[in-house]
Amino acid sequence: MAEAVLRIFRGTREGGEPVEYRVPVATGMVVLDALHYVQKHQAPDLAVRWNCKAGKCGSCSAEVNGRPRLTCKTRMDTLPQDKPITIFPMKAFPVIKDLVTDVSWNYKVNKKIPPFQPRKGVEWKMYQPDIDRVQEFRKCIECFLCQNVCHVLRDHGKQEEFGGPRFFVRVAGLEMHPLDGLSRTSLLKDELGLGLCNITKCCTEVCPEGIRITDNAIIPLKERVVDEFYDPLLRLVRKIRNAGKPAPE
Amino acid sequence: MNEKYETHEHDVLIIGAGGAGLRAAIEALAQGASVGVICKSLLGKAHTVMAEGGIAAAMANVDQADNWQVHFRDTMRGGKFLNNWRMAQIHAQESSERVRELEQWGALFDRTEDGRILQRAFGGHTFKRLCHVGDRTGLEMIRTLQDRGVQMGFDVYMECTVTRLLKDGDRVAGAFGYWRENGRFVLFKAKSIVVATGGIGKAWSITSNSWEYTGDGMALAYDAGADLMDMEFVQFHPTGMVWPPGVQGILVTEAVRGEGGILRNRLGERFMEKYDPKRMELSTRDVVARAIYTEVREGRGTEHGGAFLDISHKPAEYVKRKLPSMYHQFLELADVDITKEPMEVGPTCHYVMGGVRVEADTAQSSLPGLFAAGEAAAGLHGANRLGGNSLSDLLVFGRRAGLAAAQHAKTTSTPALDGREIEDAERELLTPFERKDGENPYNLHSDLQEVMQAQVGIFRTEEDLQSALTKIGQFKQPSEQFSITGSRMFNPGWHLCRDLKSMLTVSEAVTRSAIARRESRGAHSRIDYPKLDPEWGNKNNVISRRADRMELRQEPIPSIPEDLQALLAEEKGTGA
Repeated sequence: MAEAVLRIFRGTREGGEPVEYRVPVATGMVVLDALHYVQKHQAPDLAVRWNCKAGKCGSCSAEVNGRPRLTCKTRMDTLPQDKPITIFPMKAFPVIKDLVTDVSWNYKVNKKIPPFQPRKGVEWKMYQPDIDRVQEFRKCIECFLCQNVCHVLRDHGKQEEFGGPRFFVRVAGLEMHPLDGLSRTSLLKDELGLGLCNITKCCTEVCPEGIRITDNAIIPLKERVVDEFYDPLLRLVRKIRNAGKPAPE
Repeated sequence: MNEKYETHEHDVLIIGAGGAGLRAAIEALAQGASVGVICKSLLGKAHTVMAEGGIAAAMANVDQADNWQVHFRDTMRGGKFLNNWRMAQIHAQESSERVRELEQWGALFDRTEDGRILQRAFGGHTFKRLCHVGDRTGLEMIRTLQDRGVQMGFDVYMECTVTRLLKDGDRVAGAFGYWRENGRFVLFKAKSIVVATGGIGKAWSITSNSWEYTGDGMALAYDAGADLMDMEFVQFHPTGMVWPPGVQGILVTEAVRGEGGILRNRLGERFMEKYDPKRMELSTRDVVARAIYTEVREGRGTEHGGAFLDISHKPAEYVKRKLPSMYHQFLELADVDITKEPMEVGPTCHYVMGGVRVEADTAQSSLPGLFAAGEAAAGLHGANRLGGNSLSDLLVFGRRAGLAAAQHAKTTSTPALDGREIEDAERELLTPFERKDGENPYNLHSDLQEVMQAQVGIFRTEEDLQSALTKIGQFKQPSEQFSITGSRMFNPGWHLCRDLKSMLTVSEAVTRSAIARRESRGAHSRIDYPKLDPEWGNKNNVISRRADRMELRQEPIPSIPEDLQALLAEEKGTGA
């Protein structure tokens, strides 16, 4: 059986270094299988998050050969076997131990977002073509790989001012819900710092669910913010239109 | 007294943050209770997120003849009439309202042409009944509940494992556990506790279950003195992936068959014709799992020991739309394009019908103040669960558990915690660090999985079960002699030591119950007792702790009122 060498980061907030482990490679094996092999045979205290092992829960994110991936969906046979495979924790989040990072910041951002609020007296009917685009956003499994690669967070550390792609996707899902009656544009502009995104599409590239984050969520939301706050004519038109609209319940 | 430990106090403490736990939390909050939710993983990663096919509710959006009575009958029939009739009634009556509620909280189900929630066919359901979102219904459900609960304001304790329930006399008083991140101990004080910890599948080697499914809630409740029931009924889902080896056991949703998927053996025969000619691929899970197993055993299996499941006769775009995650799962993990070629599938340990014995209306266990809901509770599904009835179970009984727990908390004084119990709980967790050259918990886990897979699987015999029971007994000793390396910081080997203790408890309960039930019913198939025995149709196996021994007894199932009996009349007496 072929053998692979893994170079896995071992350490904590205080520091650490990669440690090499040799792992036999079986047919169809994924990186998470290799990590479990190391746990069982060589390092029982190797810290790894995982749950479903089927790409549905978004727990096992890491950087494999420098690329942010779900380790449960990364096949060993897609990686070059002639050199060590490096496995590091997500860089944009503080390390807790080994491959486990502190992602609690995401949960704090999520709390700022006002939930779905149906328009008053709404009839509970929706048509598939009207919800297709929202269902795309709701495929998000919260692996936080998009947050990890977003340079506003990763390189510039703007966690205080910026919500990150994951939460633009969440807000897009609410804003474009056909029965939602709330506007979240000022939240996007002021608290989630949507303007800081300069649409490099790094988030879209790493999304394991294939959500077109930049094109379908971020750009339309940016347009909404522009319309709302920076287009005086549209602003006036909307103000007049909204005068007759029912308020959210 | 407890200044030594970080302590949190709540009216209602919920252990588990899947569908049942979150729905319980929402209801308890709505009742004005202060609510704490503890989960072993991050919020939103519980097993519910992996549920694929849908939520069963007789909304009659697609098949207008559907109603709760038919759903009730299907559920009882699927459970071989061993179900708690009252739970089956409540479930059938309330699930539609629970689904509508999800929609009002922002969930977006697939739609019918006229704009209502779309429903699909599933095994054992007379009508098209499963409300769904492609094949990621569980994700939609858990996000909706999670966002609702967070906005309502529960406290979430993520990556925290409870290792003991604490009592004040005969009622629950709190819980003791550790933070996975740093290994520090934590105390919870609560008037009511809801166990919503899911199942036990991690005790088997081929399983669709994640690392979390180690039977914690059932073992905690059992240790605290509550009854367990129906533990012999373990569901093997007919369709798990069988190839390549690393993905063995990963779930292939029943929705593939619901959308028209066909099962064939190596010879190309549509073998369900032999096992259930009427319902074919949409027979109940126990029947389909046995059928595939039998085909393989008799030499008609595929190259990798499974059956072929084919949906490629449907248009490729339709398959990608209705089964997107199956499409990607097979393409990426098995190099199989399911729009063009069949999948290879075989049974995988998926669900346990048994669990904590509860009162139907309140979800309260035999221990005052302790409630259980979802997979951790027993009763609704009897001897076999229908697909889609789990997500609805979580909503219906999660809500009822939260409601009753909050009400219980209102009429109860603040309990006191027992210092000695706490010290003992701490000692138990620390000993693996003190020992040198003890057992490696990973090896013992593999050994247990192999025994359960080989001897307490789909087909069972007295001989195998007795052998398994002996081995489980032998495993207990090494499980008290683990040694572990590394620190208390996020140390999975250390965590497994405690999880194994729960797995051994539930494995023993399953095996003892399976030995006792000398008949074949639903998911419990005895080669040495292949027939349904009417005598056993009136009894549940109940497990409880007496001193340090596991005691098994039989209790009569509650008798069904006449009006409900009439609904079942023409169904009774059909075979296993």
